[in-house]
Amino acid sequence: MYKSILPVFLFILCFTFLIACSDNAGSGTAESKTETTTTADQEVHPDMIKPSEVALTTPLNATWVNAGKQTYDLKCQSCHKLTDERIVGPGWGGITSKREPAWIMNMITNVDIMLEKDPEAQKLLEQCLVRMPNQNVSKDEARHILEFMRQNDGVK
Amino acid sequence: MLLKKTKLLLTATTIGLILYTMQSCKPRTAEAAAGGDAEKAYVAPGKYDEFYNIVSGGFNGQIGVYGLPSGRLIKIVPVFSQFGENGYGYSEESKPMLETSHGFVPWDDLHHIALSTTNGEHDGRWAFANGNNTPRLARVDLTTFKTVEILELPNSAGNHSSPFITENTEYIVAGTRFSIPLDDEDGDVPIDTYKDNFKGTISFVSVDQTTGNMDIAFQIKTPGVNFDLSRAGKGISHGWFFFSSYNTEKANTLLEVNASAKDKDFIMAVNWKKAEEYVKAGKGKKQAVRYAHNVLDESTHMTTSTIKTEVLVLDPADCPDMLYMIPCPKSPHGTDTDPTGEYIVGSGKLAAIIPVFSFTKMQKAIADKKFDGHYDGIPVLNYDAVLYGEVKKPGLGPLHTEFDDKGNAYTSMFVSSEIVKWNVKDLKILDRVPTYYSIGHLSIPGGPTKKPYGKYVVAYNKITKDRYLPTGPELAHSAQLYDISGEKMKLILDFPTTGEPHYAESIPAEKIMKKQVKIYKIEDNNHPYVSKGEGQTKVERKGNQVHVWMTAIRSHLTPDNIEGVKVGDDVYFHVTNLEQDWDVPHGLAIKGGNTAQILIMPGETQTLKWKADKVGIFPFYCTDFCSALHQEMQGYIRVSPAGSNVPIYFHTGKKPASSTAATTDTNNKGTN
Repeated sequence: MYKSILPVFLFILCFTFLIACSDNAGSGTAESKTETTTTADQEVHPDMIKPSEVALTTPLNATWVNAGKQTYDLKCQSCHKLTDERIVGPGWGGITSKREPAWIMNMITNVDIMLEKDPEAQKLLEQCLVRMPNQNVSKDEARHILEFMRQNDGVK
Repeated sequence: MLLKKTKLLLTATTIGLILYTMQSCKPRTAEAAAGGDAEKAYVAPGKYDEFYNIVSGGFNGQIGVYGLPSGRLIKIVPVFSQFGENGYGYSEESKPMLETSHGFVPWDDLHHIALSTTNGEHDGRWAFANGNNTPRLARVDLTTFKTVEILELPNSAGNHSSPFITENTEYIVAGTRFSIPLDDEDGDVPIDTYKDNFKGTISFVSVDQTTGNMDIAFQIKTPGVNFDLSRAGKGISHGWFFFSSYNTEKANTLLEVNASAKDKDFIMAVNWKKAEEYVKAGKGKKQAVRYAHNVLDESTHMTTSTIKTEVLVLDPADCPDMLYMIPCPKSPHGTDTDPTGEYIVGSGKLAAIIPVFSFTKMQKAIADKKFDGHYDGIPVLNYDAVLYGEVKKPGLGPLHTEFDDKGNAYTSMFVSSEIVKWNVKDLKILDRVPTYYSIGHLSIPGGPTKKPYGKYVVAYNKITKDRYLPTGPELAHSAQLYDISGEKMKLILDFPTTGEPHYAESIPAEKIMKKQVKIYKIEDNNHPYVSKGEGQTKVERKGNQVHVWMTAIRSHLTPDNIEGVKVGDDVYFHVTNLEQDWDVPHGLAIKGGNTAQILIMPGETQTLKWKADKVGIFPFYCTDFCSALHQEMQGYIRVSPAGSNVPIYFHTGKKPASSTAATTDTNNKGTN
């Protein structure tokens, strides 16, 4: 009986060598290849804005409010109303009393990181189902938008 | 029984041992060898290729962009042909790019690629390409992979010998395959007056080093031969250009036989520095012609087509020492200069040898006036006086030669279907590999420059036959990638291509990838119909034209309800994509549109023209899956009968409170 099993066993043994060997050859070459290719360049994001960086003052800076409105018209208005009504994204009415200033600015300038890490941002994505786009807004422009939001919420 | 078992055991062991030996990490059989070497073409998921391979698409009028060594197709750039995939040649902005002196010509045969160079090395600014049929040159911007300029060529037919390039991108050239009566002559002549009335031309097209814009600096009138291919000199031969020619017999029928009668045709050497002097000295004659020059403005996103009416032509009869003929056996196809610029390789399609000419010897022969007579007044250099040597018995049907960084040349052999590697200095053949099948052009990264990378050679084949799963009568053209880093060439990949590739070039990825444009800044958009924000969207009637200022952002179009359009109106949808994030295009298509969709990149404005041909409600929608609510990104346009008085009315979401049109709409509806 054992004699009829032996050839099969030998066959399996040889086959094992075969697989092990070609496997080695494969992964070895593949790895050396990756060294020569260029790595993906990462999207550049401004540093995350810390709460201490944003100082709110009154009266409002009128120049900023105006600049913020212009950016709103160009890049935000399509999805955000100035009331609290949600269309694509949440309306902006009352936002400055609901959210911290740094959180708002990070949602504008670092939206991809926020959607990845911030639980509140993730909740909004679940509601809206459209990822808020990165609209290429600078940190300064985001501050101007915040000033415009404050005006929209009745701050003088 | 026992004997039988033992025999079986032995057999099994033997087979096992053979298998083991075969696979002992050093493949020995042909099949195993291909498998092992294939790893060299493997690029792991998520990793990038080493080279961009910019490949002509031949009769598809496009450029295919592949990664090497993987052979993955990463981009199709429409150049001379309309492209429904992104609206190129259909959108109002891009239609002027295909204008010519013959009107709108939405197809051409794109044969060759020339990548811009500085000091004889690739600089990654632009790719140039030729239109063979209705003679044109195109420039593709390598930061956007878009066709940004097309220049038509007057006095030309069959722009095949093009767009080869000088070492600092001073000029790209265009030589005529077909000789014809020149544009300012009466072309209504009997064809058999060819020898008297038909001429060729060589155009030197200058390139503005800042904008890249092309301009015909001058043309040279030549004998009525067929120019085939060309190469600029480089290094010591910088300032010269070499054009292969056939049909020096000047036959006008059955060229297959009649243009192959002579033992030798010519490589025409052009001293273009000398030609520049003649232009400066006022030797050129201004000739009345008509040709189109089309340029895309990336700030307005619009293309402008201008008809030009004059070209400067140099006649060799007035310009001695500008042209010389080098005799070259049997209808030369490729004429290629090596990285040093000293050696010029002629590939006589029907010749049994490959002649290699020496630039230094050519200069001496010119100085010593070693001429064998003249051809139409142009000195013919003595063959032996300019010959460095001949590669003996290289194979059958030599076509093109590229070079590596170790002093070797690689010649494609169409008839014997192989690549032959030989040493430029001693002209000895070093290696040969089969191609599948009937190779045309071949390409080495940096191969035509002063700095070849010499790592791979790609064969672009004319015949595919059994290489891939069969797909009916028409097959994808096959390409093969060979590793040439060692002494022997090794086949490592076999991949299908789009169209019919002719020439291709490859450039290291790092020279291009870092400068890719990802979005167009919406603030910088100067399109006359841009909507910078939804607040600027509107619909206006101008006679029987209705202009829609529309915006697109995930996931709605504004306006998405439009009324007041009448049968017979031309409706222009000017769509601005408000997105400012990479890889978020939106598209627009409308029922019954007899053009194509348009695809709008972030920050860009594109215009779709649509004829309202029937009364009814017509839906439109975004064609590029952009978000989870992409399927909701849609709208309606209402078409009323001609002469009805339904007012222009539009909105998205809630009806604007100020709109009175909405309430009067039904009351004002026309009765016809």
